[in-house]
Amino acid sequence: MNLDADTLRILGIVKDSFFPMLIAGLKFTIPVAVVSFILGSILAMVTALARLSKYKTLRLISSFYVWIIRGTPLLVQLFIIFFGLPVAGITIGALTAAIIGFSLNVGAYNSEVIRAAILSIPKGQWEAASSIGMTHTQSLLRIILPQAARVSVPPLSNSFISLVKDTSLAAAITLTEMFQVAQQITASTYEPLVLYCEVAFIYLIFCTILTIFQQRIEKKLERYVAR
Amino acid sequence: MINIQNLHKTFGDNEILKGIDLQIKKGETTIVIGPSGSGKTTLLRCINLLEVPNKGTISIVDNKLVFEEDKIPSEKEILTLRRNTGMVFQGFHLFPHKTVVENIMEGLTTVLKQSKKVARDKALKLLDKVGLLEKSNSYPHELSGGQQQRVAIARAMAIEPLVLLFDEPTSALDPELEQEVFKVMKELSNDGMTMVVVTHNMRFARKVADNIIFVDNGVIEYKGTPDQLFNNTTNARIKQFLNLVSD
Repeated sequence: MNLDADTLRILGIVKDSFFPMLIAGLKFTIPVAVVSFILGSILAMVTALARLSKYKTLRLISSFYVWIIRGTPLLVQLFIIFFGLPVAGITIGALTAAIIGFSLNVGAYNSEVIRAAILSIPKGQWEAASSIGMTHTQSLLRIILPQAARVSVPPLSNSFISLVKDTSLAAAITLTEMFQVAQQITASTYEPLVLYCEVAFIYLIFCTILTIFQQRIEKKLERYVAR
Repeated sequence: MINIQNLHKTFGDNEILKGIDLQIKKGETTIVIGPSGSGKTTLLRCINLLEVPNKGTISIVDNKLVFEEDKIPSEKEILTLRRNTGMVFQGFHLFPHKTVVENIMEGLTTVLKQSKKVARDKALKLLDKVGLLEKSNSYPHELSGGQQQRVAIARAMAIEPLVLLFDEPTSALDPELEQEVFKVMKELSNDGMTMVVVTHNMRFARKVADNIIFVDNGVIEYKGTPDQLFNNTTNARIKQFLNLVSD
């Protein structure tokens, strides 16, 4: 097969850029996504329970938080944390700023997922738990949340996959994650079409693997569900 | 053993219970009948405080709670009284994420803090009693409605309540499945379990009841033995109801 010089040059760029990008992905994109998702999910659980609480103050605080985060763009939030807060004397590194921003975001969005999942469990389950003498907390932990967890796997996976892709926004606050690396290589090779398609392909691989994981978890949780 | 005095329950503007007085002795099976919307289910749900009454007194043995407007008992007081009761629901409400034996163990391990081993042994005994030992590791959705309800009875009995409450336990079941549940209930009644049963099945009521109460429009219209009720009542309202429900 005869390849002309231009094709060979592009193949060379793809070959030289693939591993730097993949490594940036494994070093930053995935860890940032995983850590933010874990912290965010804890925040989401607390927020969901606060929104369902009988105490008005808790409901107000949690609703306010969800309102602010959902009502403003993630990119703007990251800019406020990384570029804005230093003006107020709070300087945060790019990595920490990204994790804070993403966690707050996940917390707000997933709190609604968890709240809806809790509300989707029939009232009879609460009553059955009460009827054998369980306290409200015991009913929640032992009976309601395990069932709510199953309901929330698909939407939570959705949110995790979104997060993996949203981490590319951290490029804008100087974090050298995968997309930032793609931009740097583009700047020196002048091949935006090739490199951005290449980085898109790596994101696609990541998300495909995650989707397979999601299907496995769903299958595992499905064993007690009538079909 | 159970003493209910002047019990009132209102939902919004709708007064469902309008002053119920009821005494139930240990070992008695009391059947509650009455038209839809008369308040029978609400009465049952008030006994174990799934609904908190607006006014009145409920005492079970030496646990007594007084209800007044603007005075709701604490969760602790409610739980103390409730733990004397077991409830069987029309819709079974088994825990779908737990196996049959785990459903029965749940109250023992979580509420009574018994060890898993002790709880499992006891749960298996109860399953044997309701004739479902071989289903111990099945999930609820793998059982028929009648089997699910028998598991629900075992689950309610596990915490050793002083009284078992049944809220139309067979209304969601086909006639032949209904019979297997009634059979278990009849055995419990013969064993001396104190039971309060809301049902529309007059044949079962006639066979098992020590007392029948007829609830209409939020009050107890009549209380007596099945024989008195079915054969000798002169109350026109009850006669009309019995004609409607008997086949």
